[in-house]
Amino acid sequence: MVLSNQHKKIYSPWFILPGGLIYFIFFLLPTLSSLFFSMTWWTLDDWEFIGLENFVDFFSETSLNISFKNTLIYAALTSGMKVILALFLGVFLASPFVKTRNYLRSVLFFPNLLSTLAVGLAFQALKHPTRGVINTALGLLGITGPDWLGNVKLALFSVALVDIWKGVGIATVIYIAGIASIPAQYYEAVLVDGGNAFDKFRYITLPLVRPARNSVIILSFIGGLRTFDLIMVMTKGGPGFTTYTMSYVIYKLYTNSLYGLSTAGNVIMFIFIAVLAYPLYKFITRTEVDL
Amino acid sequence: MKRTNTIFVFADIIAVLISIVLYGVPFYFVILNSLKDKTEAGQMNMKFPGMLNFSNYTEVIKAENYAVLRAFYNSIIITVFSLIGLVIVCSMLGFFMQRRSGSKVVDILNFFILTGLMIPPAIVPTIWVMQGVGVYKTLQGMILVEIALHLSFGCILYRGFIASIPRELDDAAVIDGCGKFRLFFSIIFPLLKPVTSTIIVVAAIGIFNDFVHPLYFLPGKQNVTVQTTLYQFTGMYFSQWHLLFADVVLISIPPLLLFIFFNKKIVAGMVAGAIKG
Repeated sequence: MVLSNQHKKIYSPWFILPGGLIYFIFFLLPTLSSLFFSMTWWTLDDWEFIGLENFVDFFSETSLNISFKNTLIYAALTSGMKVILALFLGVFLASPFVKTRNYLRSVLFFPNLLSTLAVGLAFQALKHPTRGVINTALGLLGITGPDWLGNVKLALFSVALVDIWKGVGIATVIYIAGIASIPAQYYEAVLVDGGNAFDKFRYITLPLVRPARNSVIILSFIGGLRTFDLIMVMTKGGPGFTTYTMSYVIYKLYTNSLYGLSTAGNVIMFIFIAVLAYPLYKFITRTEVDL
Repeated sequence: MKRTNTIFVFADIIAVLISIVLYGVPFYFVILNSLKDKTEAGQMNMKFPGMLNFSNYTEVIKAENYAVLRAFYNSIIITVFSLIGLVIVCSMLGFFMQRRSGSKVVDILNFFILTGLMIPPAIVPTIWVMQGVGVYKTLQGMILVEIALHLSFGCILYRGFIASIPRELDDAAVIDGCGKFRLFFSIIFPLLKPVTSTIIVVAAIGIFNDFVHPLYFLPGKQNVTVQTTLYQFTGMYFSQWHLLFADVVLISIPPLLLFIFFNKKIVAGMVAGAIKG
């Protein structure tokens, strides 16, 4: 749109100055400078340029590169489960026949408002291998519960489960919003054509809820790639390196004053998100249908 | 139709039962154990305690020379000032971006704002910048970082809302002799109330519950926030679950209050933030 000079004067760049300044200094500048510092040996006071050595270290050290695999598994698992669970929960809770839907929505949503640290701590106690409530309950059913957070094969999944517990509510609410925006006539058309409830779900809800589904996938996938709080409070990366995720490795390197290496971790994480999330977004939005 | 109704009543009952097991039990467990004494809480069971020890709460508050009170003070200061900053800065940005949409500047802004929504901050470089500006380990610094990190979310919501305010209103105000700032602050800004309140509640929860960023950017004994004290307690009170849970309950009260009073706003705000982002 071509704006008159008068309008250019009203919508003046002064409006972006304060926000732009804060955003530039405290977000963009660190992000841009990370590209440089990731190639240095850095003590915060002094730096020495070492080229790509940090990246080579990151990919060759087992304790560091295991975090790529863990982070990917974690992100795929949490976003995958949230997408599927929340779809069914969303369809169920969007139905006007469900009398308790307001109560259920509130219960499901509430954990989103709690601090992740607090949630992690509560589940750490609930998942205690011998005395914890979960294994005691399993014991009553005659099942010997596993050591949820101490078993090398299970720990990462166990943390992911808590993430799903906490985050499925927001995913469900996004689905509900998506379902609510589908015009009622479409469902009536299915009825007129003699379709049943399953046909409504299969031919109307499922294709038309795709924009909401895409938001859920992207949001929870990026959230999964960034996960930190739960690992920090529940496993501290253990047992061994089995729950080392990227942001946890960045933290570990930071506490060991390996600032250049830690920053290289940040840069790898940017690349991860750009390389994975962006094509994922492009791919899933291809199948989007306009209402 | 009658048959469908019975099926739904049945589904209702099952859903409520599942919700009690999956969500009721953890909440009940935490509150119950925050009132037990040390040995009882150490058993980690759901038995009702022999005596309700409300003294756990006073003990947690007094711990480490009233660290929890200090933490609440710091967290509230950070949250309140970040919110004030966010509202002012994002509403202006959103106004500019909506009114000048399509221009080169706005395209560039859009790109950077989307970046902020996706990628996490680079940790050590942020500390380096904060040291350079002289705000590392200060509340002001933490506030500025929180503003920068929540800016994208706020801008996107404001931009979307401002699209529904007709430009003719701007023109009319200008013809009546309003300058640009007066137009914005006395005519546009009051109209933004609904979205402002959404941003305030959603960002308040995000900032109050933030653990990662205070951990990195606000270290030091005087600078504790509610989340970092809880984390410190996990190290100090290893296996003293009654005190840990008392702290968990204490720091969950503010989000709980917000949820009770602004349930609809929060849900709508979080959905809007997710979808428009």
